[in-house]
Formats: sequence, structure tokens, C-alpha cells
Amino acid sequence: MENLVSIFVNSVFVGNILLAYFLGMCSFLAVSKNLKTSLGLGIAVVFVLTITTPVNWLIYRYLLAPGALAWIGLPDVDLSFLKLILFIAVIAGIVQMVEMVIDRYSQALYNALGVFLPLITVNCAVLGASLFMVERQYTFAETVVYGAGSGIGWMLAIVSMATIKMKLRYADVPEGLQGFGINMITTGLMAMAFMLFSGITL
Amino acid sequence: MSTAVMKITRTETYRTVADALWQNNPISKQVLGICSALAVTVQMNTAIVMALALTFVVAFSNLIISLMRNVIPRNIRIIVEVAVIATLVIIADEVLKAFLYNISKQLSVFVGLIITNCIVMGRAETCAMSNPPYLAFVDGLANGIGYGSVLVGVSFFRELLGSGKLLGFQVVPQAFYDMGYMNMGLMLLAPGAFIVIGLFVWLEHALLNR
Repeated sequence: MENLVSIFVNSVFVGNILLAYFLGMCSFLAVSKNLKTSLGLGIAVVFVLTITTPVNWLIYRYLLAPGALAWIGLPDVDLSFLKLILFIAVIAGIVQMVEMVIDRYSQALYNALGVFLPLITVNCAVLGASLFMVERQYTFAETVVYGAGSGIGWMLAIVSMATIKMKLRYADVPEGLQGFGINMITTGLMAMAFMLFSGITL
Repeated sequence: MSTAVMKITRTETYRTVADALWQNNPISKQVLGICSALAVTVQMNTAIVMALALTFVVAFSNLIISLMRNVIPRNIRIIVEVAVIATLVIIADEVLKAFLYNISKQLSVFVGLIITNCIVMGRAETCAMSNPPYLAFVDGLANGIGYGSVLVGVSFFRELLGSGKLLGFQVVPQAFYDMGYMNMGLMLLAPGAFIVIGLFVWLEHALLNR
């Protein structure tokens, strides 16, 4: 249990998937102009991550990992090289489902998210979490916690970025630094703040 | 002489290359593909290998998709593109594992994440779907190199300031350390990457707008 709590805290703060591993930057920079939209996208990402990471764990464990096919009598088969293509297919399918659900129940959110909803498929954070989960050899429970924690961490980052950007509008930024440059530096400072949580063990 | 230069600068190929390398650099201008750009820039070796892997993937995915552009049904083009890209990434990943095992370990999941790199998808969508194979291939190559140039530039500063090395060789002499010079630990951490790339873009804007 303590292990799970520590994985959760780590994935939200110190090992924040965006600020420490740089995943999901594209939509982070593009959508964070507006607080409401970024909150919406954040929730969508939490949702997608919480579902896809455990599903990918099951697929990896029972179909792809070395020896995973022992249950149908093929203990020597190692399909782990297929994980990239299979993971991305699962993610694309689940994103499509989420899109249909949001379209049905919240037209406003659907319009606000626009093109970024299908782009969650190519949000590196989603695929990244699945790949990290394999690399770190998490158990199923750990994977569930890690997926949700990464999503929440990503949402926290994009929402704080959106609020900082609202303040930045009134700041006097040097000309060449405006836009992308200042966003990166702000993100860097934010990453530093998040790193302060390192060293906390539960 | 000048007419020859004129001829070169007028060709479609030249314009494609110059556009991707300079005016429309995928990272610093279009803000694409930064996801992986930052994580692999602690050392120059990893950055160079990553740049090569991405150039390979983007060039060949552009070529293959461009060859198939007339037979891909419009509705399912995204999934076809992803399948092509994923296959190429698996090839790149397996080759790195076989021949450059140490670097492949350091790059960890980031080679796999080329699949979701916006540059590759973006070029497939905007260029390969509407251009003949040769031009698409050159465009992919140029975009890969444009991406790589920023990656190598950022990693140069991070490795030099962060650990006093370049490509793994010590370049800051021991005498400096004896006089009290210290490596900047910040450069090795994630925030360093964000700040270096921000300053890098500032420099580029300043040079371009002069």
C-alpha cells in the first residue's frame, strides 16, 4: 500500500510525466492558452491514461512479454517487439471512444477541444506511460496507480501553465523571447518547483 | 556563377530543404516534436543517435506514404500513417538494440516515442499526402536534419556546462576545476533543458529578424 502511495506521489510531482520526462509537450504548449480548455483536455488525458495504461499492461502481460503465450502452449514466443504498434492501436481505439462519449454528452467541451482530442492519440504522454510501465516492470495495481497519477500530474502542469500564461499577458517580455521562448523558460521554472518534492519518501 | 546559384535556389528541392532547416524549422518555428527533443539532450551521443533515428523514420515514412498516397482511402489515412510510422520505428529500435546497445538503453522509451512525435505525423499529413515521392523524401530528410540541428545544439550546451564533456570526452581542463570552476548540475536536470531551449529559440529569433 505504501508502495502504491509513493508511486502515485512520485508520478504526480517528482517524476511528473511532463516536467521531468518532457512527454506531451505539443498539446501542452498549444492548448494552455485558455484555462477552461486546458482543464477539459487535462481531464480527457487523465481519463485516457487511466484506462489505456492498465489495458496495455494486460495486453503486454498476456500476449507480448517473453513467455507470455505460455497459456496457449507457446512458452518460447517473444512478441515484445510488437508492443509499440499494439499499444498505439489500443490508444487510438480508446481515444476514439472517448471522443464519441464527449461528443454525445458535452457538445461545448467537444467544440472547445476541437482537433486536440484526436491528437491525444499522438500525445506522447499516453504512449510514454505505457512504455515506462513496461520498462519499470510494474505490477497491475502499480500500473493503475501510475497511469492515473501521470494523468493527474499532466493535468496539474497544464492547468498551472494556463494560469501563468494569463498573468504573462501583462508582462513585458523581450521581443525575441515572446511566445515559444518564454513558454519554455516558464516551464523550466515550473519544473524546478516540482522537483522540490524529490526526497519525500512515504 | 551567380546564375548557377540562382538556378539552385529556385529549384523546388532547395526551397523544401531551406524551408525545413531554417524558415520553418520543426522545433523552433512550428513547435513540433519537442516531446522527445528535450529528454535525450543530456549528452551529445544520445542526441545525435536520436536525430539519426528520427531522420530515418521521417524520411522513409514520407517516401512510403507518398508512394501510397493515391490508394489510401481518405477516412482511414491516419491509421495507415501510424502503421507505417510504427513499423519504421520498430525497425529503428531493433537496429539500435542490436548495434548500439548502450545508447539504446540510455534512450530508453524515447525511440519508441518517435511514433507519437508530431513532426513525423505532421509531415505525413501535410507533405507526403500531396507531393510526389522524391519531394516528400527530401522534405522528410530536411525536417529530420532541422530537428537534429536543434537537438545537437541544445545537447552541446547541456553536456558542456553540465558535465564539462563533449561526446563523452572531458573538454574542461582539470586546472579550471582546481581554480574553483564547477559543473552546473542544473543543466543535467529537466529544468535545464527547458531553459536552454528557450534561450536557444531567443537567439535564433534574434538572428533571423535582424
